[in-house]
Amino acid sequence: MRNAMPKLVLGRLSSSLVTLFLVSLVIFTITSLLPGDTAQQILGQFATPEQVAALRAELGLDQPPLVRYWQWLSGFATGDLGMSASNATSVAQLMNDRLPNSLLLAAITTAISVPIALTMGLVAAMRRGGKVDRALNVVTLSMVAVPEFLVATLAVLIFAVHLGWLPALSYVSTVDSLGDFVRIYAMPVLTLCCVLIAQMARMTRAALIDQLDSAYIEMARLKGVPPVRRVLRHALPNAVGPIANAVALSLSYLLGGVIIVETIFNYPGIASLMVDAVSNRDLALVQACAMLFCGAYLILVMVADLCAILSNPRLRNR
Amino acid sequence: MVRGTRLPISVPAKRNKQALKLTRWIGLGLFGSWVLIALFGPLLAPYPMGAFVSDTIYGGASAAHWLGTDYMGRDMLSRILTGARYTVGLAVAAALLSSLVGAGFGMLAVLLPRWLEECVRRVFDTLISIPSKMMALVMVSAFGTSIPLLIVAAVLSYAPGAFRIAHSLATNLATLEYVQVAKTRGEGRFYIAAFEIMPNMIQSILTDMGMRFVFIVLLLSGMSFLGLGVQPPAADLGSLVRENIGGLSQGALAVIAPALAIGTLTIGANLLIDSLSKSRDTQKE
Amino acid sequence: MLGESLTVRDLTICATPPGGEERTIVDSIDFSLTPGEVLALIGESGSGKTTIALAMLGYARSGCRIAGGSVQLGETDILSLNATQTRALRGHRVAYIAQSAAAAFNPSRTLMEQVTEGALIHGVMSRQAAREKAVSLFHDLALPEPDRIGDRYPHQVSGGQLQRVMAAMALITDPALVILDEPTTALDVTTQIDVLRAFKQVMRERGTTAIYVSHDLAVVAQMADQVLVLQNGETQEQNATARILEQPSHDYTRSLLAAARPHAQLSPSAGERGEELLRIDDLQVGYGSRHRDGRPENVVLEHINLQLAKGQAMGIIGESGSGKSTLARAVAGLVAPSQGAIQFDRRELSTTLRGRTREQFRRVQMVFQSADNALNPAHTVRRLLDRPLQTYFDLDRSARKARVEELMDRVRLPRTLLDRKPGELSGGQKQRVNLARALAAEPDLILCDEVTSALDTVVGAAILELLAELRRELGVTYLFISHDISTVRALCDDVMVLYHGECVEAGRCDAVLTAPKHDYTRKLIGSVPELRQGWLESRPLSRAEATA
Repeated sequence: MRNAMPKLVLGRLSSSLVTLFLVSLVIFTITSLLPGDTAQQILGQFATPEQVAALRAELGLDQPPLVRYWQWLSGFATGDLGMSASNATSVAQLMNDRLPNSLLLAAITTAISVPIALTMGLVAAMRRGGKVDRALNVVTLSMVAVPEFLVATLAVLIFAVHLGWLPALSYVSTVDSLGDFVRIYAMPVLTLCCVLIAQMARMTRAALIDQLDSAYIEMARLKGVPPVRRVLRHALPNAVGPIANAVALSLSYLLGGVIIVETIFNYPGIASLMVDAVSNRDLALVQACAMLFCGAYLILVMVADLCAILSNPRLRNR
Repeated sequence: MVRGTRLPISVPAKRNKQALKLTRWIGLGLFGSWVLIALFGPLLAPYPMGAFVSDTIYGGASAAHWLGTDYMGRDMLSRILTGARYTVGLAVAAALLSSLVGAGFGMLAVLLPRWLEECVRRVFDTLISIPSKMMALVMVSAFGTSIPLLIVAAVLSYAPGAFRIAHSLATNLATLEYVQVAKTRGEGRFYIAAFEIMPNMIQSILTDMGMRFVFIVLLLSGMSFLGLGVQPPAADLGSLVRENIGGLSQGALAVIAPALAIGTLTIGANLLIDSLSKSRDTQKE
Repeated sequence: MLGESLTVRDLTICATPPGGEERTIVDSIDFSLTPGEVLALIGESGSGKTTIALAMLGYARSGCRIAGGSVQLGETDILSLNATQTRALRGHRVAYIAQSAAAAFNPSRTLMEQVTEGALIHGVMSRQAAREKAVSLFHDLALPEPDRIGDRYPHQVSGGQLQRVMAAMALITDPALVILDEPTTALDVTTQIDVLRAFKQVMRERGTTAIYVSHDLAVVAQMADQVLVLQNGETQEQNATARILEQPSHDYTRSLLAAARPHAQLSPSAGERGEELLRIDDLQVGYGSRHRDGRPENVVLEHINLQLAKGQAMGIIGESGSGKSTLARAVAGLVAPSQGAIQFDRRELSTTLRGRTREQFRRVQMVFQSADNALNPAHTVRRLLDRPLQTYFDLDRSARKARVEELMDRVRLPRTLLDRKPGELSGGQKQRVNLARALAAEPDLILCDEVTSALDTVVGAAILELLAELRRELGVTYLFISHDISTVRALCDDVMVLYHGECVEAGRCDAVLTAPKHDYTRKLIGSVPELRQGWLESRPLSRAEATA
C-alpha cells in the first residue's frame, strides 16, 4: 500500500483537470453558442448584414461550434485569448495589466485574514460554550451574512466621511510611501477580510469541535493532558484536512468578494475589468476572466484536498 | 464530606439555552418583519415608489420622509418597502427552486443506475466549480439581464450545493438497515425514496434551503449593486444602494438604509436558521 | 509500586438531559478497597457503572455533575481537588483504560508518543526512561515486537493489541488506581482471553488497585475480588466475587446470573427433518474487481454448502470478519454472490432482489442486529407493522388493524405502544417490534443477524425465549447468525462454524459444541469465559503467547 499516496494525488490532479475542461465547456457554451452575436455587438445595430458577415468570417464565427471551441481552448495554451471587442486591445494584454493588482489585493487579504481567522476558530473551540465562544458565534454568524457593499459603505462612511482618514476611492498609481499603501488598501482589504474571517473562523471552529468531541480527546483529558495541549497537540493535527478545506472554500469566496470590492473602490483589478466587460458584452474578455476565476477556484480546492490527503495518517503511514 | 456539596466539575448544559432563545427571537423578529414587508410593503408605503416627492436630494430623515430622499428626491422609505418585495421574492423563488432541483436530483441519483448517477454527479460537480457570481456574470454577459435569467443563474449556482448535501444524506441513509429491510420486503425504488429516506432528511434540506436563501439574497443584491441585476424602473434593495452610491461621500441615508436593510434581512435569516438547527441538535442527543 | 486504598462514600451524580430536568443517575454509592484489590462494577446499560468509574478520576461527562460524596484515594480526597490538582492526578495516580481502544487512541500520533505522554507531562520520568518502561510493559503484556511496536500508528495494529497498548499507557506511571471500563467488550472471544490474561498478570505483579467495569459476569469472575451489582444507579448487592456467584442474595443479581449462565436448550430439536426449505451450493461472495476466472479481489465467503429443512434452526457462528453476516445478506438478496446458487423451497432463488417474486420476498424475512437502525425513526410502530401487511396481503383496513394488534400480542408488547415512534421505545421493545414486523409477513424463513448482541443480557435472554416460542408455535425456520455460542446452543438444532469466510465445521449443535473436531472450533469454544473463578488460569496458553 506504500504506493497508494502518489496514486491518490495523481487521481486528484487529473480529476481537477477534467473538471476544468468541463467548466470551460460550460462557459463556452453559454457565451458562444447561444444568441447574442459578437460581430453584431462590435459593429452596433446600424451595421449592414454584409459588414456583419465579413467580421464574422474574420473572427471565425462562421465556423462550426466544435472548431471554434477547439480554437478557443488552444488559445489558452498559446496565450492568444482573442481581441477585446470594447477596448480594441488583446485580451491577454488587458488581463496582464490588471492581474497583478488583483493578486496583490488577494495576497494582502489572505495574509491578514487567515491567521486571524484560525486564531479565532481555535480560541472559540477551546472556550467552547463559554462567553468568548458565544460572543464570537453571534458576531461571525452575523458577519457571514453581511453583503460586502454594506461593510464597504459603512467603512467609507466612518473612515473617509466622518474621520477623513482615508480616501474613498483607490488609486494604485500613486503609491509613494508606506502611508499611501495603507491608505489605499485599508478599506478594500478590511471589507474583504470581514466576511472572510467570519466564515473561516466558523469552519475552523466546527472542524476542531468535531475532533474535540471524539473519544481520544476524552482519553487525553483522563490522562491529565492540559486543555491547550489537548487542542494543539491532539485535536489540531487531525483537523488539518477540514481546516484546509475551510480556508480554501473561504478564499474562493474571495473571488466573488473582489468583484464587488473592486467596483465599489474603483480598484483597477481583474474583477472590475470583468464587470465592465459584462456591461459591454465583451464576450472574449468575459470568457477569459471567467476561466481565470474558475481555474483559481479549482486550484484552491485541489490544494486543500491534497492537504487533507497528505495529513491523513492512514494514508501517510502504512 | 458533607452530603450535597456542590462541585463545579462539569458545566451544566443549561447555560446556552437562554442565549439560544435570544438569538432565535432576534432572528425571527428581523426575518419575519422582512417577510411581512415583502408581502404588504407596497400597501404601507406612504408614497408611490417612483414619485418625485421632494426637492431635496439625499435628504436626511424627517417627519415627511422617515428614511430621507434619494438622488432624485424620491421617498426612500417607500422605495425600500416596495423594493424588498423583489429581494425577498426573487430569493425565495430561487432558493425553493435550487433546493427542489438539488434535492430532487440528489434523491434520484440514489435510485439511478451507477453510470447515470456518476453522470449526474459530474454535471453538478462542474457547476459547483463555477463560483456563483461568475456564473451570474457570464450568463448576464451572454443573455442580458432579466428577472427570469437572474433566477436561472442563481439556481444554476446553488442547486449543485443542495444536490451535494441531499445526495450524501441520501446515500448515507440508503445504507441503513431499515432501507435494507424495505429492499428485502420487495419495496420499489420510489417507495424507498419517498417514504423511507425522504422523511429522515427533510429537516436537513429545509435548513440547507435557509442557508441558500441567504446566499441568494447576497448574490442577487450584489448583481443589482453592479447594475447587472434588477433593472429600473423596478428596483430591489441592491439597486437602491447602487443608485444612491453617489451620496456616499455625504453620508446620505439613501445609501445606508437599503444596505442595512439587506444586512438585517440576511443576518436575521442566518440567526434564525442557526438557532433552529442547534435546538434540533440538542433535542436529538 | 503498590496500589493504594480507595474509599468511596455517598457518591451521588446528577445528569441534566438536554431540555429536561436534572435527575440523579448515581445514588449514594459506598464502597472501599484495600490496596491491590480489584472491584467489579457490574450492571446493564444505564446502571451508572461507567459514570461511577469516571468519578474516581474526578471526571463527569458533559451534562453530568458530581453532586456529592467523597472519593478518598490513600490520603487524597479526589473530589475536593481543584482543576490543576485533578489534572495532576489523572494519568498519574489514577489511570483509565477505555472500552474502545480504536477510538481512544489519537489516529495521527504514534503509539509510543501516546503511551509515554502521561509520564512526561506529569514529569514522572525522563523521555528515555519512559520509553524503556513502555517497551518493558509491551513485553510484559505479550505484545509482538515490543521494541518496535511503539513506532506504529494506531491503525497499524489489531484491536486486541491496541487494547494491551492502552494498558501499557495506563500502567506507565505505576498508578495507585486503575479504572478498566469494559476493556474487552469490543473484542472477539479468542482475542479477549489473551488480553484478559495479560491484564491480570501485570496487575497482579504490580499489586494495582483496580475498578473493573463490565456487564459480563463471567469475565468479572476471572478478574475481580469483589463485585458491586448496580441497577439504575443504586447498589443492589456488594460482596466477595465467590459469594456473589454462589450465593447471590438479591433477586436482581440472580436474574443477571441466570441470564449469564449458558442457556438451557430452549426448543427441543425436532426428531425428524421436514422437507428441504433452503439449499446453498458452493456459495462465494466477494467485492472488488474480478479476476479473469471470475474470482473477486476480496473474497468474504467461499465454499459454503448448506441445507435447511422446514422448521429447523441453524446457527452460524464466527468472529468478526468471518463472513457470517454476509451469508445472511446473500440469502436475503442484498449482496450478489460471485459464484454458487441458492434454492428456496426447491426453486432457484434469484441472487439479486430484482429477480425475486413477491411471494419469495414474503417468505424470507430478515431481522437485523441493531433495532435502532432497522426501524425507520420517522414511522410509528403501527405503520412499521402495517406496511408488510399492505405489501403482501389483500386485507382491508380493519383486518390489518386487527392483525397488527395480534402481532403486538404475539411479541408481548402492549398495544399502547402502537402510536409511538422507535425513538420512544427501549432496546428490547424495539427488537420485539423488529421481530413482529418480520412475523407480519408470515414468513417461512427468518434470517436473524445478531439479534440479541446489542441488548443487555437479561433483555437478550427474553428475546431468545420469544424466538424459541415463535418457532414452537408457528414452525418458522431460522438461520441464526451469532458470535455468541451459548445463544446458538439454546436455540438451534444445527450449527455451522465460519472462520475467515469458510466453513470449518458443521453438524448437530450438541455434537459440534460438545465435541468439536476442528482446532479453530475448539479454540473458539474454549475461549468463552465460564461463570466460575479460576477458569482463566485453567486455560492452556495459546500458541502465539507460549512463544512470545
